[in-house]
Amino acid sequence: MYNRIRMLFMLATSMVMAAAWPALAQDKPRPGGELVFAVPSEPPSYDGHQEETFGLIHPVAPHYNTLLRVDPSDKTGTKPVGDLAESWTVSSDQKTYTFRLRRGVKFHDGADMSSRDVKASYDKILNPPAGVKSLRKAAYQAVEAIETPDAHTIVFRLKWPESSFLLNLSSPWNFIYKADTLAKDPRWYEKNINGTGPFTFVEHVKGSHWVGKKNASYWDKGKPYLDGYRAVFITSSSAQVAAVRGERAHIQFRGFTPADRDSLVKALDSKIAVQESPWDCVLMVAMHHEKKPFNDKRFRRALTLALDRYTASKNLSRIAIVRDVAGIQVPGTPWATPPEDLEKLAGYGKDIKAARAEARQLLKEAGVPEGYAFTFKNRGIPQPYEPLGIWLIDQWKQIGLNVKQEIVEASAYHPMLKRGDFEAAMDFQCGFIVEPDLDIARFLTNSDANYGKHQDKVIDELYVKQARATSPDERRKVLREFEKRLLDEEVHVLYTLQWHRIIPHSAKVKGWTITPSHYLNNQLDTVWLAQ
Amino acid sequence: MSELVASLDVPSRSSRWIGACRDFIGRRPLGAIGAGVIVLMFVAALAAPLIAPYDPVAVDFAAMLAPPSAEHWLGTDAFGRDVLSRLIYGSQTALVVGFGASLLGATIGALIGVASAYFGGRIDLFLQRIMDVLLSFPLIILALALVAILGNSIPNLIIAIMVPMIPRCALVIRSSALSIREMPYVDAARAAGFGHSRIILRHMLPNVMASYLVMLTAFLGQAILLEASLSFLGLGVQEPLPAWGLMLRGAAVEFAETAPWMAIFPGVAISLAVFAFNLFGDSLRDALDPRLRTQ
Repeated sequence: MYNRIRMLFMLATSMVMAAAWPALAQDKPRPGGELVFAVPSEPPSYDGHQEETFGLIHPVAPHYNTLLRVDPSDKTGTKPVGDLAESWTVSSDQKTYTFRLRRGVKFHDGADMSSRDVKASYDKILNPPAGVKSLRKAAYQAVEAIETPDAHTIVFRLKWPESSFLLNLSSPWNFIYKADTLAKDPRWYEKNINGTGPFTFVEHVKGSHWVGKKNASYWDKGKPYLDGYRAVFITSSSAQVAAVRGERAHIQFRGFTPADRDSLVKALDSKIAVQESPWDCVLMVAMHHEKKPFNDKRFRRALTLALDRYTASKNLSRIAIVRDVAGIQVPGTPWATPPEDLEKLAGYGKDIKAARAEARQLLKEAGVPEGYAFTFKNRGIPQPYEPLGIWLIDQWKQIGLNVKQEIVEASAYHPMLKRGDFEAAMDFQCGFIVEPDLDIARFLTNSDANYGKHQDKVIDELYVKQARATSPDERRKVLREFEKRLLDEEVHVLYTLQWHRIIPHSAKVKGWTITPSHYLNNQLDTVWLAQ
Repeated sequence: MSELVASLDVPSRSSRWIGACRDFIGRRPLGAIGAGVIVLMFVAALAAPLIAPYDPVAVDFAAMLAPPSAEHWLGTDAFGRDVLSRLIYGSQTALVVGFGASLLGATIGALIGVASAYFGGRIDLFLQRIMDVLLSFPLIILALALVAILGNSIPNLIIAIMVPMIPRCALVIRSSALSIREMPYVDAARAAGFGHSRIILRHMLPNVMASYLVMLTAFLGQAILLEASLSFLGLGVQEPLPAWGLMLRGAAVEFAETAPWMAIFPGVAISLAVFAFNLFGDSLRDALDPRLRTQ
């Protein structure tokens, strides 16, 4: 009897194993193949330290390593892990970070990588030589000194503790370059590639494609899985969709619209997989604080109270790349606003009738007459600017405002914002890592991106306080105060809806995880192609 | 004598018009169909607030992308806005921009053409070279450049569409006016000591009116098409204002497979309007041209 039960159990186990085998086999990385992906724009130069477009990151990042990186399997994109750093320690006063570097790492030209190269790369970022641009220099103001006690150790000494420091070192832009090359010509990397990354450079044909080949002597043994990759530059979104639909491209890493996703799923069925995530991008309304009636916070508060964000979230997400109702951080990430706190902010409550009644009352108190007209300037880009512009105008109409939309052509849009040539205008924020220091610095009084020209010392102080907070709870508390001040008490800006990233890709693509940033997870070392 | 005059059957002004219309319908039925569509457009534009079933700019998420039904005869767009209502209000935009641009373009072109023909010599040479420069740009390119410089409001849109029409009209009118300039009655007017403006306005312009009307109707269709093209490219009328070209862009393209009504009905409206103006213009030309009248 016992033997029969045992035999039945073994039979059942083997049947389950047999059934699961194809799936298990699928989950084991398969070496080989060329990943083809569409890139909607091209790199202006090859130097990550001075560029800010995903058009550089997508084709160029696979050639490089950074000191730290964001965990490629973490969906929130907020967990730093070592890339060239094997391990690190932080001093008790949180002002000294010591990193142990990996051994046996070589540049593509065969030279050994050492702490000298890491220091030279960070010196270029922090203190670029004359004539060399460094876009993220301001993010490292806390750094007092960088030291290299030995060839495999690098130490960062800070002037003050900084909560975001590890994530700042995980920046996907901070490629580690070769010190000797930088010493000879600090601009060499603008036109050339020589990294330690999983893929070596083959060719870049402008307007056409970029090709990378597997780095056979990559330090992470067994990786990369792919033989190579080909980035195809396709600017038209319909052509990108057609490339994925026609299986001429496996993926496009920036994102597609809900309509594109639906049409691809309909056409390719099981051949397509879809990954979605809240996106670290948001459209805001900048209101010019020096122009009437936008200088009156009652008027600004009325504008945010008019918005029915929850209904919009449900419906606009069907037609535009937006979805979640959020505060100053991406939902689902460590510093995001809990829903119960969010609902307490002006314009985030669930009772829209009461909110609009309050908005009308505030307009009355501010002396703004029924039918008051103003012009809202929007950017001449379809997604998601156009649908959100139409929605905003409709919402403001419902509190008796008559808003005219003026579309500003993309190239004239930023100069318009910088000149302050607007009453209310669409503004945007797109981060490369979800981190408050990076996402909310734009609201500081002296920030170049403070287009509404608000002056608020409290905001400035709260920013510094959260950045230097040494415990997560303390930081969280200050961030909520900052948010309340920004969006509720003063209503310096008006948040619309969080963008929503949708990546429909060939079901063959494995080992790639979506994050809230389209600048992350493009090293491709973990990516492989199923048969 | 006075009895004789009284007994003559002189048709009244209105009955002459009715007769002319009957004659036009009988002889040129296609032109009459075009005229009928144009009249319908006018009625829709003027009576839009009375006949449109919904507010054309009101967002209604509950009715997003709804197919044609008893509630929404032509369906709704991506924001739940009624397509029929937007088409009806869109005819206002089409006619305001179309008429504004073609009337101004044809009139300025006619004045330049007649002045150029009448004065001749250096003035003619100068004006014609300017016209040549303007003509060297394709119509849409010139309109695009102007709207990019001026910005995209409705008055600027009218100017941008009007400017490329001026040289086209000026050339045609000039050729008609050149033959009129040689007529004895123009010489007689000069001999009688009339001023240039009187000769141009009283003796020459009325005689190029047939060409002018034909150009005007031809331009109307073109202007409507150009307005739709510019709006489609995002350089014309701006959301949420209803305009036919605007209704074709954005979500209409993205949802072309799942909600084709969003693109089909505005497309049909544009084609129908342009076709109607072209039919009417052709028939008007045939009716007014003495060489074609006997055919």
